[in-house]
Amino acid sequence: MSNERCDIAIVGAGPAGMSAAIAAARLGASVVVLDEQRGAGGQIYRAITDAPARRVDLLGPDYAAGRSLAEAFAASGARHLTNAAVWQVTPEGAVHYLRDGATFTLQAERVVLCAGAMERPFPIPGWTLPGVFTAGAAQILLKSADVVPVEPVVLAGCGPLLYLLGWQYVRAGVPIRALVDTTSMEDYRRALPRLGGALAGWRYLKKGLSLMRALKRAGVPFHTGAENLAAEGREGQDGVAALRFTAGGKAHCIETSTLLLHHGVVPNTQFTWSLRARHTWDDAQLCWRPKADAWGALDVPGIHVAGDGLGIGGALAAARQGELAALGAMHGLGRITTGERDKLAAPLRAALREHLRIRPFLDALYRPKKANRIPADDVIVCRCEEVAAGDIRHFVALGCDGPNQAKAFGRCGMGPCQGRQCGLTVTELIADARGVTPAEVGYYRIRPPIKPISLGELAGAE
Amino acid sequence: MNTSDLIVVGGGLVGTALAYGAARNGTRVTVLDEGDDAFRASRGNFGLVWVQGKGFGMTPYARWTMQSAAQWPQLAEALNADTGIDVQLRQPGGFHFCFSDDELQAREARMRSIGDALDGDYAFEMLDHASLKARLPGVGPAVAGASYTRMDGHANPLKLLRALHAACRHHGVRFAQGSRVTRITPRAGGFEIETRAATWHAPRVVLAAGLGSRELAPQVGLHAPVQPNRGQVLVGERVARFLDHPTTYVRQTDEGTIQLGDSLEDVGLDDGTTAEVLSTIARRGVRSFPVLESLRLVRAWGALRVMTPDGFPIYQASTQCPGAFVVTCHSGVTLAANHAFSIAPWIAGSAGNGVPAGIQSFSGDRFLNGNETFHHAH
Amino acid sequence: MPTDVRFRSLVPADASPRGEPMVTLFFDGRALQAPAGCSVAAALLANGVSTFRTTPVSGAPRAPYCMMGACFDCLVEIDGQPNRQSCLVAVAEGMQVKTQAGLRSFDGAGTVIAEEAAHVE
Repeated sequence: MSNERCDIAIVGAGPAGMSAAIAAARLGASVVVLDEQRGAGGQIYRAITDAPARRVDLLGPDYAAGRSLAEAFAASGARHLTNAAVWQVTPEGAVHYLRDGATFTLQAERVVLCAGAMERPFPIPGWTLPGVFTAGAAQILLKSADVVPVEPVVLAGCGPLLYLLGWQYVRAGVPIRALVDTTSMEDYRRALPRLGGALAGWRYLKKGLSLMRALKRAGVPFHTGAENLAAEGREGQDGVAALRFTAGGKAHCIETSTLLLHHGVVPNTQFTWSLRARHTWDDAQLCWRPKADAWGALDVPGIHVAGDGLGIGGALAAARQGELAALGAMHGLGRITTGERDKLAAPLRAALREHLRIRPFLDALYRPKKANRIPADDVIVCRCEEVAAGDIRHFVALGCDGPNQAKAFGRCGMGPCQGRQCGLTVTELIADARGVTPAEVGYYRIRPPIKPISLGELAGAE
Repeated sequence: MNTSDLIVVGGGLVGTALAYGAARNGTRVTVLDEGDDAFRASRGNFGLVWVQGKGFGMTPYARWTMQSAAQWPQLAEALNADTGIDVQLRQPGGFHFCFSDDELQAREARMRSIGDALDGDYAFEMLDHASLKARLPGVGPAVAGASYTRMDGHANPLKLLRALHAACRHHGVRFAQGSRVTRITPRAGGFEIETRAATWHAPRVVLAAGLGSRELAPQVGLHAPVQPNRGQVLVGERVARFLDHPTTYVRQTDEGTIQLGDSLEDVGLDDGTTAEVLSTIARRGVRSFPVLESLRLVRAWGALRVMTPDGFPIYQASTQCPGAFVVTCHSGVTLAANHAFSIAPWIAGSAGNGVPAGIQSFSGDRFLNGNETFHHAH
Repeated sequence: MPTDVRFRSLVPADASPRGEPMVTLFFDGRALQAPAGCSVAAALLANGVSTFRTTPVSGAPRAPYCMMGACFDCLVEIDGQPNRQSCLVAVAEGMQVKTQAGLRSFDGAGTVIAEEAAHVE
C-alpha cells in the first residue's frame, strides 16, 4: 500500500487518455495513467503496441492510426500503470486501484476520467445464450488474439462498428451468413437532412458506403429494416442456434452458432455516477452524459472527463477532448495562464467541431429501435440477476418511480456487473411505463467498488 | 378529492408498516412518498431482527424490541398471505463478536445489566473462543468470544419493503410518489398537507418521513430532533449457504449475498462511502471469518440512519394538534411488527384512544429538557 | 477438428502471432494451447469451449458476451479463485481453469449449525 502523489491521474489509456497524458506531460505535469489492459490503446486501438503488421493491415487504416498515438504516449514521460483496475475515485482526487492483487492509492491534484464507451445493451429474447456476443467482443477477439469464428456468423443490428467488423471478417476470410440490419428506409429519410454541407460528413458517408459495397461484393446477404429479432437455442443444447426476425413483410429464421449483436456504443458513466456528478439525458444518443464544461470539468471540483465517456464522438474527437481536458486541468493547477490555455485550445476546438459534425447524422440514422431497447415482458433485462422486463413493469405498477426502488424491489442491477448491462434499459423501461422522460426517471446510484475487489484486498488497503 | 382517514408521510419501512397495519383494519390510508433519489434508510440496512444488547439503560426499549421480535412471525405470515412474498424471516439466534477479552467482559456486563433490569427474563449466553468455534467453526482466531441470544434473527429487508408496498396495495392503500411534503397546516377537523403537486386532507396524519420528520414535526406541535448517522456496508457476491446465523458484523442473506458492516458516523447528509471505513469493515470481516478473504465485493454503500439524541424511538401523539403523530426509529426492520400491529391501530384510532402499552417512555418531549445530554452508544 | 469448435486462430498453432511462446493451460482438466499474453476467455473460445459457467440464479449456461470486462458473463474459476473475469486475465503456463457452476462455495467453513437452524419455523 503506497501513497504516491502526482499532478494529474488519468484513468484509461485509450485515445482520450493517451492524448491527455501527452498534452499534460508536455506542459511539465507529473502524469500517471492507469489502465486495466496490459498495453495502451483502449478498446478502439486494443493491443496496438504489439500487433503484428499482418493484423494491423487486416484491421484497416483507422486502427493503424492508433500506432503513432501509442508511440507518442510511450515517449511522453507519463507513467503508465498497466493491469491496474481502478475501483474508486473520490471527489478529493484519491484514485484507489488494484494491481497484482494488492491495493494502492494514488493522490492526484486533478483526475481525468477517460473510461470510454461500452456497447449499448441489446436486450432481445435469447441474448444471454452462449454464442451471442457483441460485435465489439468479436472485434476484441480479432484485435487481441487473432481469434475468429469458424462457422458462418450472423451480424445483427446497426451502426458503423457492425459494418466495419463485417468488412474485417471478409478480409480475414471469415464466412458471414447474413447481415441483418435494423436500419430502414425511414431512418435514411430522417437522417439525410442532418448530414449538412460539411465535407467531413460526406467523406465519412462515402467511407461507410464503400464498406457496405465491399460486403455486398463479397456476397454477404443483406436484410434491411429487420424487426422482431429473437435469438433461439436448440433443445438439449447450450448455445444459440438461430436468429429469427421479420423483414420486408416476411418471417426469417437464419441458423447460426455465432450471433454478433450491435446497435451503437454509449458512454461508460460508472465513475461519473459514483462521484455523484450531474448527468443529463441525451435524447439523440439515448444515453446519459455527465455534465461538463468546455474543458471536460465536472461539477465535482478537480475531476475532468474526456472522450466517449462524455458522449459518443469517436476516437479522433476523444483525442482532442483529452488534450482539452489536460489544458483545463493544467490551467486549474495554475501551471498555464488563461491566454496560453486558450491559444493551445483553439486549433483543438476547430478539429473537435469537425470530428463531431457527422454525429447528428449517425445518431439519427443508427438510432436503435425502441423494441430493441425496451423489450417485451419475458425478455431478460438484468443478465446477472435474471430480472425480466415484465418484472420491472410490475414494480412500476407497485409504485416504483425509478431504478433505485426497482433495484431494491427486484435485485435488478445488484449483480456483479453493477447495472452496466441493464441500467439504460431500466431507465427507459420505467420512463416508458410511467409515460415520463428518462431524465425524470434517473439512474442507478452507482457505488464503489467500480471494479471487483476481494475482501482480503480491501482489508489490505488503508 | 385528495382525502382519506389517515395520511402517512413517508413510504419507507416505517411508513408502509404503519399504512399496512391501519389499512388491514379498514382505515382508508394515503402514503405520500418521496422520489427515487430520496435518502432512504429502508433501502440500505442490514436486515437484522435484533434484540440482544438493545435497551441498555432504557428497559422499556428492551421490552419493546423483544415484543416486536416475538410478533415478527405473525407479520411475515400475514405479508405472505396478502402478497405471496416470503420475506425470509429466520430467527435462529444471533452472535455478537468481541475481539478482545476486555470487549468480551464489557459485553457480558452490558448483557447482564439488561437482563437484571428485565428481572432475568432475558436468556443469553457468553461464549469464549473455544465454545464459539464449536458453534461456528469458521470464526477466526482473532475473535475472543461472543454473546448469543436465541431471540435474534434476520429477514430480507428489500423483500420486506416490497412486501409492505404490495400488501398496502392489496388493502387499498393509495400511494402518491414523488410527493415531498412541504407544509402541514392544522385545519378544523383535520390537516391540510401540501406537496409540490397537490394538497391533501385527512383528519389524521403520521410523520414517518425519517430525517424529513424533523422539520415537519413543529408544524403540528411535535418534536422530533433526529439526525443522520451514516452506516457503511460492504456487499459481497452470492455464495453457497455459509452462515445461517445473523451476527452483528457479518450475515448472509437468503439469496446467498454476504453483507459486512457496519459503521457509525456522524457525517450529516452524506450517504457516500470512504475507502478508510470500508477497509476497516473488510479487516473486521476477515478477522471474523478468515475464509471470506477471497470473497468478491459487488458494492459498498453508505446509508443514513435516522437517529434521535439518545438513539431510542419517538412515538408521540400531538396534544396541541390532535390527530397528528410522529413515529421515528432506526430499527425499521426489527420494529416493523410492532409498528403494524400496535402503533398503527393507535394512530388510526381503531384501538380506542389508549396509548399502546410500553411506549409511554418514547415521547419526543424527553428531548425538550435542555440540561440533559444524550448518548446513543448502543 | 471437432464440430463444436466455434472459433479458431488466424495464425497456425505453431506460429504465435507476436513470436511469443505458446503456453499450456487446463480447462476442467483438459490441456489447451494458447499464445502467451492472450486472455483466458480468448484461449477457451479458440479451443472449443462454448459454455463457461452456469448462473447462480437459474443455472442457465453462459459464455462471454462483451469481452471487455463489462458483462461478467465470462466468469470461471482460475487457479482456485472462483468468479474471475476470464476476458481480463492473461493465460499463464500451467494455469488451471474450471467451469464456474452456479454459486461459489466456501468449502469446509461449516458454519451452518443444523440444530440451531431448527428453531426456524
